[in-house]
Amino acid sequence: MAHNESSYQPKSRFAKWWDERLPVARMMHGQFVEFPTPRNLNYMWTFGGILMFCLAAQIVTGVVLAMHFTPSAAEAFNSVQHIKRDVNYGWMIQAFHAVGASMFFVAVYLHIFRGLYYGSYKAPREVLWILGVLIFLAMMATAFLGYALPWGQMSFWGVTVITNLFSSLNEIIPGMGTGIVEWLWGGYAVTGVTLNRFFSLHYLLPFVIAGLVILHIWALHVAGQNNPTGLDVKAKSDTVPMYPFAIAKDAVGMFVFLLLFAWFVFFMPDYLGHADNFTPANPLVTPPHIVPEWYFLPFYAILRAIPSKLGGVVAMVSAVLILLFVPWLDTSRVRSAKYRPWYKLAFWAFVFTCVALGWLGSKPAEQPYVFWSQFFTLAYFAFFLIALPVLGLIETPRTLPRSISESVLGSGSGMPVGAAASPEKR
Amino acid sequence: MRNVTMRTYLLLAALPLLAVQAVHAAASEAAHIEREEWSFSGIKGRYDKNQLQRGFQVYQAVCSNCHGLSRIYFRNLVQPGGPEFPEDAVKALAASWANKITDGPDDAGKMFERAPRLPDPIRGPFKNEQEARATFNGAYPPDLSVMAKARNLEYHGSWFGHPGSMLKDIATGYQEGGADYIHALLVNYKDQPPAYLRDEMGKLISASDADAADKTKKAERCVSIVHSEDGKPDTCNKLGEGMNYNAAFPGGQIAMVQPLGDGSVTYQNGPDGKPVAPLTMDQYSRDVTAFLMWTADPSLNTRKSIGWQVMLYLLITTVLLYLGKKRIWSKVEH
Repeated sequence: MAHNESSYQPKSRFAKWWDERLPVARMMHGQFVEFPTPRNLNYMWTFGGILMFCLAAQIVTGVVLAMHFTPSAAEAFNSVQHIKRDVNYGWMIQAFHAVGASMFFVAVYLHIFRGLYYGSYKAPREVLWILGVLIFLAMMATAFLGYALPWGQMSFWGVTVITNLFSSLNEIIPGMGTGIVEWLWGGYAVTGVTLNRFFSLHYLLPFVIAGLVILHIWALHVAGQNNPTGLDVKAKSDTVPMYPFAIAKDAVGMFVFLLLFAWFVFFMPDYLGHADNFTPANPLVTPPHIVPEWYFLPFYAILRAIPSKLGGVVAMVSAVLILLFVPWLDTSRVRSAKYRPWYKLAFWAFVFTCVALGWLGSKPAEQPYVFWSQFFTLAYFAFFLIALPVLGLIETPRTLPRSISESVLGSGSGMPVGAAASPEKR
Repeated sequence: MRNVTMRTYLLLAALPLLAVQAVHAAASEAAHIEREEWSFSGIKGRYDKNQLQRGFQVYQAVCSNCHGLSRIYFRNLVQPGGPEFPEDAVKALAASWANKITDGPDDAGKMFERAPRLPDPIRGPFKNEQEARATFNGAYPPDLSVMAKARNLEYHGSWFGHPGSMLKDIATGYQEGGADYIHALLVNYKDQPPAYLRDEMGKLISASDADAADKTKKAERCVSIVHSEDGKPDTCNKLGEGMNYNAAFPGGQIAMVQPLGDGSVTYQNGPDGKPVAPLTMDQYSRDVTAFLMWTADPSLNTRKSIGWQVMLYLLITTVLLYLGKKRIWSKVEH
């Protein structure tokens, strides 16, 4: 991260001694104090910090829960009830972790939409974006594994449905799908063996995410942050130091987010889950309809929209993986949707599509829901495969400001661009 | 045909799902369950200690004959935020509880039965599920500890009203679907299923009381009906042998006989010489439902009061941080 020089000055002899051996403080000072952040960042840029909080909170609450949780088919459900009833403040820690998963996805979806709106995936931030998609994938896996652990009806049947998707690979090579499914299950059915390995992997993956997050931040600090204009930082006057400016704004965003978080934890901890998960897992009784947690519903709708098992799986997986190619699917040289009238429209249509798919995913697989799932699945892929490549070629962007500073100060300020460079000037 | 392919792809294991499709269709015919006002409703609601005590009395007198409450320990009945019975009373209650605890092995290596104590769970009358099923002709009275969380109401409005309804529920902290359902279940027993008449197409249409009574009209009693789409006659699901009709229960028929009726439990008298609450089925149902909500969510009182402190702290800090941020940025155009 030599990109940004650090003006760190050790204040004591020990600090100087340490700095010559392991300049951690020097690096932190350069990357998180002096680091230049565009001066025009809005509150949509606070979700990076919020997501770091979410990851840390999930790990801390998860480690405590693991101290009291028993990963066996006979005891998992009981031990979650034990945590809620008998562990000191267990009801709060459990609610924090369960609600935290949902809040993590609220934040990550807003973060992804922010990236799509302002073109944060475009050069030179392609690797940064791809790392983000990998984090999203790892998050989905972790959340899915974690939802299995309370071993309620929806846990059990959710695991059954999703692991069974791999059996669609039998349509490519007979026997391969079944082989994979039995390997995942550790047997011929979803049992306590499956639960136990899911617990192990659920504990492992967050640390994989943490590693990816470090790379994500590294890539961010090499390329620098995008900003609402999408323009490159051209002069020091386009930026302000991260501390105190960006940090102060991040803190406000974080606390507003925490208000929402706490609302769910303390007033409606079970609202985001499903009532069926309060019934212990029973392999002999299938719930009337099996639905995943809300954050998987759009993808579940896409899965069910395709009238072939393998086709549905391919569509669902593609719906996530297509994000990896967004930097090359978008042909426009303008980053921010602010200056792209048609793309802006396509973006909001895409947001509506995702919400609609989410709603449809919660409905049973019957008409008219199936038709609309198919309609919005097409719309989902059309955004990536038609809107992104084509709009860049046919759209006339609005006039871009010459620099971030100009966009902030406005052309009517009477000050020559560049002269108003000092961030201290008002 | 396409519908069938849609389903077959879903998964191997969802074969049982097909079987419940019919139940699902029938369930949507079930009575629309109204939301009730509870003392613990919403963001400000708390349990009413007196109601929980009455609810426990109903559980003890009626429900405990078949249902266990094994996640609740006698000690919980004493703890704050619950019925808060006096400790001595609960000790005496446990000692005289009909359903004994199997303990042991003793010094001779034998298991033995003893009366429950404060740290023991409130057991139902059956040693295991099989014993219960053998007693009830195959039906199983489930443990009621988390029942109020294991049930919920479905949204029945229009699709465009759904997001608004969800946001309203979040803003008001609606979490009482399970309680609403249990209350509806307890008060929605009917002597017999509703009557339907068939038209010339074989469609089933609700019959008036007069038509139902008229033997020549041949009204059919259906716990649920399945509408056919392709011109075939509708299917009338008749009440099964040994089953009871309940308008709130998915599918319309339930093995449990009507547990509550007016006057079936005697509440103690208040200072005015009258019972502390009306001796009606509706009142018993509300009381025992509140009690079951507490057994499912015993930390609700603490949770909500800490919640308000947390919200206040976060709100004040947010305002302070915002003012600080404004001041820091006041010298910078952005």
